[in-house]
Amino acid sequence: MTVTAPDEAPVAEVPKAGATRLVDRVFKMRELAILAVFLGMIAVTQAGNSEFLSEQGIKDLLLNAAILVLVATGQALVVITRNVDLSVGSTLGISAFAAGLHLQNGGDPVVAVALAVLLGIGFGLLNGLLVSLGQVPALVVTLGTLYIIRGVDSIWVGSRQITAADLPGGFVGFGSGGISAVPHLALIALAVLVATAYYLRHFGGGRELYALGSHPEAARLAGIPVRRRILAAYTFCGALAGLAGALYLARFGNVDSGTGSGYELTVVSAVVVGGVVFTGGSGSVYGAALGALLLTSVNSVLPALGVSSVWVLAINGVLLVLAIAVDRIVALRVASALKKRNARHA
Amino acid sequence: MTHPSDTGPAPVLALKGISKSFGAVRALRDVSLELFPGEVHALAGENGAGKSTLIKTLAGVHRPDAGQVLLDGAPVVFHGPGDARDAGIAVIYQEPTLFPDLSMAENIFMGRQPRRALRRIDHRATRDATTALMKRLGVELDPDRPARGLSIADQQIVEIAKALSFDARVLIMDEPTAALTNSEVARLFGVVRALRDQGAVVLFVSHRLEEIFEICRRVTTLRDGAWIASEPLDGMTEDDLVRRMVGRDLAELYPKQDVTPGETALSVRRLSREGVFTDVSFEVRRGEIVGLAGLVGAGRTEVARAVFGIDRRDAGEVEVDGRRLTNGSPSTAMAAGLALVPEDRRAQGLVMDMSIERNIGLTGLGVTVRAGLMDRGAERRRSLDWAVKLRVKYARIADTVNTLSGGNQQKVVLAKWLATRPKVLIVDEPTRGIDVGTKAEVHRLLSQLAADGVAVLMISSDLPEVLGMADRVLVMHEGRLTAEIPRSDATEETVMAAATGRAA
Repeated sequence: MTVTAPDEAPVAEVPKAGATRLVDRVFKMRELAILAVFLGMIAVTQAGNSEFLSEQGIKDLLLNAAILVLVATGQALVVITRNVDLSVGSTLGISAFAAGLHLQNGGDPVVAVALAVLLGIGFGLLNGLLVSLGQVPALVVTLGTLYIIRGVDSIWVGSRQITAADLPGGFVGFGSGGISAVPHLALIALAVLVATAYYLRHFGGGRELYALGSHPEAARLAGIPVRRRILAAYTFCGALAGLAGALYLARFGNVDSGTGSGYELTVVSAVVVGGVVFTGGSGSVYGAALGALLLTSVNSVLPALGVSSVWVLAINGVLLVLAIAVDRIVALRVASALKKRNARHA
Repeated sequence: MTHPSDTGPAPVLALKGISKSFGAVRALRDVSLELFPGEVHALAGENGAGKSTLIKTLAGVHRPDAGQVLLDGAPVVFHGPGDARDAGIAVIYQEPTLFPDLSMAENIFMGRQPRRALRRIDHRATRDATTALMKRLGVELDPDRPARGLSIADQQIVEIAKALSFDARVLIMDEPTAALTNSEVARLFGVVRALRDQGAVVLFVSHRLEEIFEICRRVTTLRDGAWIASEPLDGMTEDDLVRRMVGRDLAELYPKQDVTPGETALSVRRLSREGVFTDVSFEVRRGEIVGLAGLVGAGRTEVARAVFGIDRRDAGEVEVDGRRLTNGSPSTAMAAGLALVPEDRRAQGLVMDMSIERNIGLTGLGVTVRAGLMDRGAERRRSLDWAVKLRVKYARIADTVNTLSGGNQQKVVLAKWLATRPKVLIVDEPTRGIDVGTKAEVHRLLSQLAADGVAVLMISSDLPEVLGMADRVLVMHEGRLTAEIPRSDATEETVMAAATGRAA
């Protein structure tokens, strides 16, 4: 039972065959595909209604997308770790009210924003601790905190309401203003997005989020501080939900106990449409942001084309199902390509 | 049982009196081990002997309840896998632990990437270092390709590259060859020898004894969690090693009764399933135990699943007692008298949270249901009957099966299927992970069944088991039947040759 001499160790076949490149291409293509769908939709709408891409039109598009992009960026981080945060809508609502209350009492706008972000960080920490220490599925934990935060919000807010009239003019002006066609809110969202993407790509902590989402057990064996990373992802997600709450207040000026209710589903849709895989380890925040842009644009596109806005939800649903179907089909195709390659390999 | 610790260099890594328990199970009892620079050391023992626990202790995954880990003679405590890695210990698990979505370069350097200013990852340096490692290992793999879809052999190369990247002094390999082809094993051994010559220690775990003799210098044997011996392999025979591992006479472990086979009970003709197995034909006769051997991944379990109808077959026929089975229908297979005891008893054989009584009762619902309602009394009588026949050790028949030991769980699975009074019994790895005593009992049971006229097809990766129990040995290699060897001609050599594709 001797085996051939070791020094002639055979060189492994170089898998330059289609399969490898296919896998590579699929992951790069995903964001491009959403971008193409988005641009196609905009082009068709512009062709049907030349008023659509006026300066105000573009501004509206960006303004509508900014808040969703922000929350989706945080959510993407959590989804990359193979978790989910369903409490972002509740967090957004309660931080918006906290910021509003502070301003209503004559507080400083910067402090108000900081307050909203801190509140978000607090809830993010809570979620992160429950998920990473409790070993309970994130879906259940954050569904629980969704109701808890909303409940606290309802008790605290009661029937009170904050309106634009209660807020400093400068704050509301900032929320709707911008530099030519680009709203301030969009600039903030873009800055956060780019910084997050840079962190995910170029820092150890960012890569480790992908690693632990891709194979949690392997991450543990590689010495990655799994719990700390998950905690960090939730905290960041909470912070962005809090910031989004403050921006929501600036944009709409109107907050009550129902603010942000159901928003988590839109956020998760945006992330999934944007190609962040729900089983973790794959996808990008740019994809999630594009998903957010695509979903909010449907809101503007339909009226511009003279279609009733009651169709918006149905179309968002179709986009979501399509995105998942495309992902699934591509995954199956890649798997079968790899299987064939391995068969040849053997 | 010599310890060469008085001579030569000091051990790089040593375990002294290590004990570890999981609940009531004592996985390791007072185990010691010394690893010297430049040696390939074998860790031998049966399934469940404690090898994996020992490895995980060295890897920093488990912390021992008692005893010391000594690195260069100084006691160390590993608080996690990261500590062990920082101490220069690399572990390559049987199932490589890579991140499928990340590139090879990232997989190798995860957590330890070369940095630029501001602690940013230096992607180019990472890629260059990976290319250099691949060159050193003599393989050509693109550093940017994702790990998803790499063959097991290539995944192991990535794991070894990982070990090289932090200059590991101790490399632990847990059954690295289980799923490799012949040439891949040769490549792996080439790498292992090169590492050894550079002064690294390799702790090598394998069930293939000839591999242990080929590449290792010394061997430490464990049995039932206890240290048995650490000794040079020079002058030992495979039989000596097996005796150390098993700790008893082989004849006792394999109580095979001689039986004259009757008429054909199971007939499989030209069975194929695309990409899994091709053109598999064989027969099993009444009273016969037919062994189905082969390497992990050769397609044996898949054949069994297709025969039973869990997976659909693309081509071919299956007949039980001359009755053709419908494709993809386990219920007709059961009605025809076929029973399948699956490989993974926890996931496929049992409902872990259900009682012994009800688990055994699952296959008898046709008998114990009257007018659409369960007859609980009938179920209990039937289950008790079989639990007693198979000598299952339990407190109460209403206890859930997850309270039982692995061996007793396996008996419950067997009881569940024997209660259907099958004509043909397919058992997939019937004794994996169960202790020696129960193993012998399972063997006696199979032998008795065959003597009673049941046709038994036994899939097993445990070569001595196949050789000890089977009247005939069928061998699969990469989805094809490569040999049919009668009991008289079956040896480890003939079976392994066919299993690795070396025989014609």
